[in-house]
Amino acid sequence: MPDLLLELLSEEIPARMQARAADDLRRLVTDALVAQGFLYEGAVAFATPRRLALHIAGLPPKGQDLREERKGPRVGAPEAALAGFLKSTGLTREQLTVQSDPKKGDSYVAVIERPGRPTPAVLAEIVPAVIRSFPWPKSMRWGAASAQPGSLRWVRPLQSILCVFDNDIETPQIVPFEVDGLASGDVTRGHRFMAPGAIRVRRFEDYVAALEAAYVVLDPARRRDMVAHDARDLAFAQGYEVVEDEGLLEEVAGLVEWPVVLMGSFDASFLAIPPEAIRATIRANQKCFVLRGPDGALANRFILTANIAAHDGGEAIVAGNERVVRARLSDAKFFWDGDLKVPLADRLEKLRSIVYHEKLGTQFERVERIAALARELAPALGADPDLAERAARLAKADLVTEMVGEFPELQGLMGRTYAAAQGEHASVAAAIEEHYKPVGPSDRVPTDPVSVAVALADKLDTLVEFWAIGETPTGSKDPYALRRAALGVIRLVLENGLRLSLHHAFSRARLGRPLPALDTAGQDPATAPAARLGSFASDLLSFFHDRLKVYLRDRGARHDLIDAVLGARTLSPGGRGQGEGDAPSPDGAEPPHPDPLPPGERERGAPGRSVELANDDLLTVVRRVEALSRLLETEDGRNLVAATKRAANILRIEEAKDGRTYDGAPDPAGFALAEERAFAGALDEASRTAADALAREDFEGAMRALAELRPAVDAFFEAVTVNDADPALRANRLTLLAGLRAATRAVADFAKIEG
Amino acid sequence: MASEPDTSSPARSFQGLILTLQRYWAARGCVILQPYDMEVGAGTFHPATTLRALGPRPWRAAYVQPSRRPKDGRYGENPNRLQHYYQFQVILKPNPPDLQELYLGSLDAIGIDTGLHDIRFVEDDWESPTLGAWGLGWECWCDGMEVSQFTYFQQVAGFECAPVAGELTYGLERLAMYLQGVESIYDLNFNGLDGPDRVTYRDVFLQAEEEYSRHNFEVADTAMLFRQFRDAEGACRTYLAAGEPAEGGNDPRHRMAQPAYDQCIKASHVFNLLDARGVISVTERQSYILRVRDLAKACGAAWLKTEAGGLTWQEIEAPGLARNGAEAGGLAREKAA
Repeated sequence: MPDLLLELLSEEIPARMQARAADDLRRLVTDALVAQGFLYEGAVAFATPRRLALHIAGLPPKGQDLREERKGPRVGAPEAALAGFLKSTGLTREQLTVQSDPKKGDSYVAVIERPGRPTPAVLAEIVPAVIRSFPWPKSMRWGAASAQPGSLRWVRPLQSILCVFDNDIETPQIVPFEVDGLASGDVTRGHRFMAPGAIRVRRFEDYVAALEAAYVVLDPARRRDMVAHDARDLAFAQGYEVVEDEGLLEEVAGLVEWPVVLMGSFDASFLAIPPEAIRATIRANQKCFVLRGPDGALANRFILTANIAAHDGGEAIVAGNERVVRARLSDAKFFWDGDLKVPLADRLEKLRSIVYHEKLGTQFERVERIAALARELAPALGADPDLAERAARLAKADLVTEMVGEFPELQGLMGRTYAAAQGEHASVAAAIEEHYKPVGPSDRVPTDPVSVAVALADKLDTLVEFWAIGETPTGSKDPYALRRAALGVIRLVLENGLRLSLHHAFSRARLGRPLPALDTAGQDPATAPAARLGSFASDLLSFFHDRLKVYLRDRGARHDLIDAVLGARTLSPGGRGQGEGDAPSPDGAEPPHPDPLPPGERERGAPGRSVELANDDLLTVVRRVEALSRLLETEDGRNLVAATKRAANILRIEEAKDGRTYDGAPDPAGFALAEERAFAGALDEASRTAADALAREDFEGAMRALAELRPAVDAFFEAVTVNDADPALRANRLTLLAGLRAATRAVADFAKIEG
Repeated sequence: MASEPDTSSPARSFQGLILTLQRYWAARGCVILQPYDMEVGAGTFHPATTLRALGPRPWRAAYVQPSRRPKDGRYGENPNRLQHYYQFQVILKPNPPDLQELYLGSLDAIGIDTGLHDIRFVEDDWESPTLGAWGLGWECWCDGMEVSQFTYFQQVAGFECAPVAGELTYGLERLAMYLQGVESIYDLNFNGLDGPDRVTYRDVFLQAEEEYSRHNFEVADTAMLFRQFRDAEGACRTYLAAGEPAEGGNDPRHRMAQPAYDQCIKASHVFNLLDARGVISVTERQSYILRVRDLAKACGAAWLKTEAGGLTWQEIEAPGLARNGAEAGGLAREKAA
């Protein structure tokens, strides 16, 4: 079967764009072929710094013949109608046939036969169209042609196009076309320096071999393997180990057509610079790998990948690279020594000149907020408030060091190193680095309480501040990585088993500063500040709930159970009074809690408070989800859920019918049947036990107490007709069901549980 | 005399490197210009690049440009950084199709053997916010060291380049350090002589680096500089207005494009000095850059209405056919004429 070989030779393509470009080339050409009815067996594309190549195997030599019958005017129709038909079909009158129909009479029929076009002719249309509209992330114009509007754009100047079609029978032929004066041909070139001559190519197999002979390895995966393998061998032979770096490997493979791996060294005295800084310097500026010695410490060696096999075996190349590495490390050493001389605390003033965000002030102001919040959070986290505040204050100071200015990716790490060298407390030094963590779902979560306090303060401040100015994530847009910050808080809290009232934290983060314009807009200025903060906080809290759902779902929790728990009502069952036997409930109008976690408060939240605000302690939410999921593992639990849903359904219908709710205490005198009385007794007992358990935050206990309702509930539904003809009996029975609904809702909204 | 060493060899002397590059590019049709007589941050600011890159007329030039980066001063203590250094600038419009080969030829001319050294073109998109200019190209590496920048100008002063110009910028000190095999800029042999006649980069420039670092970071009169910035900005606007073709007049030419552009250069350098003195806050910084860019754009628009900017004689002599030069591409105007 015939094959296509296409090569687009250009000036150097940025390494980061190569893989995508090869893929786009394959997709665009094959899609266009398929759209025109050309199927193929396989297509594979390659990229080097100077070329994109595409091989499509198993193409048909020509397209399929098409035969179309088109019915025309009746015989004897006006001449104009016939002329129009002939024009539209492109046939002459003699070429038409006549079809007889017993009812409609004779009419003309055109049989149009379109022989399939030769594949090269179709390719000669497809390929130039793909080239002209190629989706480079950034493209340019060049040369004399660029004086005209609409001239060809490519990632860098396109130098030649090789396009040959090999139909197995004849000599492979050039697919003829021209793009902006560049004619397709069957010639390519080898390595820019080692084999720059022209190479005539007939088919893909010859092409790969000819390029290889001309010092070009076409396949990027092979170049990557060559670099990785040769680097390992070279290091191993001298007793070193390469510090693996996939991203760098990928980039290096995109910078060379003929990888030649060489080793260089630098003066061991540079090893006084922190290893991460050495690595960042050598990686970012030189695209070189660093090595480890047998002891695991960074060695004074590096691996470079040249693009030529030099006459002298690479001696001059190594010497040149060593010079540059030396100069770079001298700079790094200079930064390091200079940075060390200035205590981090003395750098804080400089943060005044760095704008954090146009509407949120400077980094200095941000640090002030984080320090205050870290101090505030510290006691509940078991951290020394002084240390937490100190760490927070120094956390961003390294942003104005020379080293971080040069290598922003070293932020935090350099701060830690400088802090340690300047005699800060070990926890303070650690927190400076760790306060950025966790950066993503797989990053390590800090455990030192000081680190946790600063990490939480940093992220909560970010969230609250951006929320305050209305810069919240929408769809795929999250420019300030607020989702990541929220996930960070969630992981810090859950993975350290922390009790933290988010709502309280939000209010402390504001530090009594004016409330966000977002919330005041369009609101009665007389609205209580607390209420405004309430709506702001509840919005942010539901953002947290969404992130929590994602987090728990990723860990295999059922999303319906999370919804059920978040839907729990804190109202006590049957109007038995709120917080009976517990601390008095807050009035709900004053959101900031007196301390981070008043015991039992969330469970017994006041009626005025929104449901979400009651769920502001993430650890509790998760424990409830766990307890609920264990409840559902038991038969009693599943039955209870089914019965509760049945009760809720009946209530929904009847309450709608009657236009009232049946919440409240049933009248013990109104019970007609033993099952009613038994159910009421069991409900009372279970509610009390569950409430006690909840007060102790014993969610399993609360669930167990409810599960024990099952026999009484079953018997009730078995024996009792809820919708009795006697309105008093019916009302009392509906009230009983409402009692069940309320009792279970204290732990979760069972109606949200699926199945 | 026969035994006297070749003092103008690029491997021997700093000035030899410059002379060799000048000879090489002169042989390729470039006019060899001298540095622009104003303080600039890079060779690109020279009107021979910024303004000549605009409009349809072919242009080939090469020159050395002393470049000032006040913030890069290190009081002569850093072997790799200077607040005043030299760039060798080549501009070819339109870029010839073999510009990469021509560039490699220039490396060969200064003694870099591509069979021994690893030359690489590494992605580097160039952008000058103050000039409203951008282009695509590379950093050119020799054995891991950036020795040149290679850019295909796409836009200058906010105008599309039609045609595109190719710009090459050689970092002369760095290249010379490599060729001479020295580790400090100050050890460069300037004149290629030995013994007592030898003049080094240190002899020529160390004292200047010390003095200007002091000036740039500590002493430069900021009140005066703020004033100069405003003055330059005002003068640029005044000159542009004065040079505008008369309304309904017969001559469509702008007559003050280059004097106005000088003031734009001036504003840019004054801004760099203020920046080095640390008296411009982060938020103000952006607005200063935008102010300079506005000047550059206005100067570019004026330039396009000059003869060197592409106005044809037909247009000048038959103004009825001339279009408003600012938005129309130069070639389009030639066609219209």
